[in-house]
Amino acid sequence: MTPLSWTAWILPGLVAVTLVAGLRRRVPVYDEFVAGAAEGVRLGLRLIPLIIGIYIAVGLFRESGALAWVAQAAAPVLAYAGFPPEILPLMLIRPFSNAAAMGVIAELLQEHGPDSFVGLLASVMQGSSETTFYVATLYLGSVGIRRSLHAVHLCLLGDLVGYLAALWATSVLFLA
Amino acid sequence: MVNTIWAAMILAGIVYAAVQGNVGLVTTAIFSQAASGLTVALNLLAIITVWFGLSRVAARAGLLDALARLIAPVLRPLFPDIPRGHPSLTAIALNIAANVLGLANAATPFGLQAMKELQRLNPRPDTVTPAMITFLALNSACATLLPATAVALRAQAGAREPAIIIGPAAIASGAAMLFVLLVDRWTRRTSGW
Repeated sequence: MTPLSWTAWILPGLVAVTLVAGLRRRVPVYDEFVAGAAEGVRLGLRLIPLIIGIYIAVGLFRESGALAWVAQAAAPVLAYAGFPPEILPLMLIRPFSNAAAMGVIAELLQEHGPDSFVGLLASVMQGSSETTFYVATLYLGSVGIRRSLHAVHLCLLGDLVGYLAALWATSVLFLA
Repeated sequence: MVNTIWAAMILAGIVYAAVQGNVGLVTTAIFSQAASGLTVALNLLAIITVWFGLSRVAARAGLLDALARLIAPVLRPLFPDIPRGHPSLTAIALNIAANVLGLANAATPFGLQAMKELQRLNPRPDTVTPAMITFLALNSACATLLPATAVALRAQAGAREPAIIIGPAAIASGAAMLFVLLVDRWTRRTSGW
């Protein structure tokens, strides 16, 4: 039994409850599912160019080595705040790509050990943050918004505060 | 902002590859990344299709109304400009619930649904609304009680206690959420929204 095994019941439970409630109200469940799903397909098609655009930018930035270079250049600034320099690539890539962030974390966990300070901090940061830039552009793009005002800035600022809080919580709980 | 960051990442990649004497990498990277982006997008399309279908059945079954009534008192103060009983509130509630439980698969479809409903209330369709900004901020800095991905990665790496990070992750994400909501409240006030 892993601590998260009960979550395996969430989705089956939701589907079962939805279908039973629908049938009791004599909802034509399959017809309604298809009607809703058709809307999902239309939306999903609109997302394809948005996602490909982000993937090209993030992939090029990472695979060219520019990510590692920027992380190295920014290290002194963030070391001042108390972040271990190894964690920087994760901070930089996390808002843009979940897949890339997972790759960076897997490397960090392997290299430093999952129970080292770097390993713990990386896990806490991953668990407490979102792919903000990716999600914000996807959400705004999905309804065709071009003028996003300060929306993206606010989300990225939230990431920064989340990282600082993760550093603080990890230090207090695991270094004491 | 989005346009600048996007271009900056690509240009940095090209310049860095060129400096390293490896411009050829750019061409392969662009197309291999486009291909993996397409795979991800098609996967997401399938997930969205399932959730949109299910949530329509749930709506017809009256389940979403019950949920909306339950969660409305919590969301109303955060979204004063959304009319009472508007479907966007239900989608926002579902998105937050999925985020809190670490169900990333479900969070995105509900988030997109929320944006679609919020766009219906938008008098200027090309410009973001205050409610959308609050929602984006809340969605991106949402308190997470079950960081499933991080715990799974730790288990895979052979951690002694993979789930030990749940507490600090909840504290960090909660702090970030509080912070963005306060800043959002403050910007709403100063910009006269």
